[in-house]
Amino acid sequence: MTLELDLLPDGGMSWLEASGPESVLVLSTRIRLARNLQGCVFPGRASDEQRGTVMREVVVAGRESPVLDGAALVQVDELLELERMVLYERHLVSRELVGLDRRNRNRRAAAVLTTGDLGVMINEEDHLRIQSLGSGLAIDQVYARLERLDSDLGGRLPIAFHPEFGYLTACPTNTGTGLRASVLMHLPGLVLTKEIAKVLQGLSQVGLTFRGLYGEGSEVVGNFFQLSNQTTLGKSEEELLDHLAKMVEQVIVWERQARDVLQREAATVIEDKVWRAYAWLRYARQLPFDETMNLLSGVRLGVGLNLISDVSVYTLNKLLIYTQPANLAYQEGLEVSDPELDVRRATYVRELLEEDAGRGLSHGGA
Amino acid sequence: MPCEQCGERPSSVHLTQIVNGEVTTIHLCDVCAEAKGVQTGASIGNLPLAGLLGGLTKEAAAGLLSGPDTVRCDFCGAGLREFRDTGRLGCSHCYDAFESQLRDLLRRVHGSSHHAGEVYLSPVAASGDRPQQLAHLREQLRRAVEAENFELCAELRDRIRALE
Repeated sequence: MTLELDLLPDGGMSWLEASGPESVLVLSTRIRLARNLQGCVFPGRASDEQRGTVMREVVVAGRESPVLDGAALVQVDELLELERMVLYERHLVSRELVGLDRRNRNRRAAAVLTTGDLGVMINEEDHLRIQSLGSGLAIDQVYARLERLDSDLGGRLPIAFHPEFGYLTACPTNTGTGLRASVLMHLPGLVLTKEIAKVLQGLSQVGLTFRGLYGEGSEVVGNFFQLSNQTTLGKSEEELLDHLAKMVEQVIVWERQARDVLQREAATVIEDKVWRAYAWLRYARQLPFDETMNLLSGVRLGVGLNLISDVSVYTLNKLLIYTQPANLAYQEGLEVSDPELDVRRATYVRELLEEDAGRGLSHGGA
Repeated sequence: MPCEQCGERPSSVHLTQIVNGEVTTIHLCDVCAEAKGVQTGASIGNLPLAGLLGGLTKEAAAGLLSGPDTVRCDFCGAGLREFRDTGRLGCSHCYDAFESQLRDLLRRVHGSSHHAGEVYLSPVAASGDRPQQLAHLREQLRRAVEAENFELCAELRDRIRALE
């Protein structure tokens, strides 16, 4: 089995290359716009046939759009469960779109049309979830790309819009702009100094919300947090994005301060933690997934503190994605439940780290 | 080092705080730390993050909606009860069917019910009225210039020129 997405650079995840600003602390910036077609029942209430009609209409519009030139179309109905999980772990689709959400299983006629950094999910909670992704903290560039696609698709499809409420969405928490911008951050300093709960509570008071690595409802693993705007109505797209950008920059400052404190007050403890993490990843023969995530967090911190110089952020990003259960199983031709997976994970991690060490990278950000 | 609070037991919790960029560290024993409500290393794993995650859920939002269950949307047949159960509306016409209830809900969720962002002009409306279409494109162009989205600017200028 081959996903058409495998033909795209980095399996449809160009953000892995870590070329964006602040890419050690900020893995990716993702923005999506929720849109619905006029006169069509929302996907959650629509029949299979109605959803099929919507899918065809959106695919035709997307195929005609020069902005989506070269996009891969993935129809969820045609995928095996493992392939659905692979896409989900790569953050290319939501849990709901690929039917992994317990409450919304097996919805027919769901699809994603994507170039990797720009695309549209079809028949998720809304008819269209137009989304764009970029490496690092890149809100302006990611939104510029997204706006181009939104404007183009809006000229081809009749979109449900209300003069007072704005863009109409299945859930009123998205009404108005339909815009949700998420910045995926690595915040081990704030976790280790036990400041994180206070920071997150503060953010929720200024209209931001945070989630784990996999978005809505997911747990925090490996010290990765997604910060995003909570409200979508009453403010313009620019205001929402500016506010998020300012807050993210503030969190970056706090994270740096926390790291300074750690290095000043507990240098040996931190260095030991970082190098132990590296040693385990470099030499272990069996690596369970959760442990791998925590160790990767330790090494990423080491790279950020300039303690480790021969691991690239690109490698760390790749490891984060490809050591996940479904991606690893897919790559190795195994079942997700196969106990052999921990052994293969250790081999894969070791190979990538050895390659970086052999290349003798002079700087972690390379 | 003895605990800075009781001065008796040895300190085992070293709490570093950053307030306005100023760093302070206090050393406490387990007992005093717990009395002060400090999250220790052992309990950090149990941090109630789940309770903070995700902000307002769909279900919670739907729960804010008041109104009788008898009213139904003419277009899709959905009622308020379904909305409360699923957190989702049935179609865009539900916004007309439950307009006043939704206006109230939107104000409570977002602090406003007035859209202040991009204005959408349907392709049908756009094809009919040229002055209106031009005005819309110029407004889009103004925003694009403001946002320094030069690629979009170029596209919009082309479209404006073609219409003129």
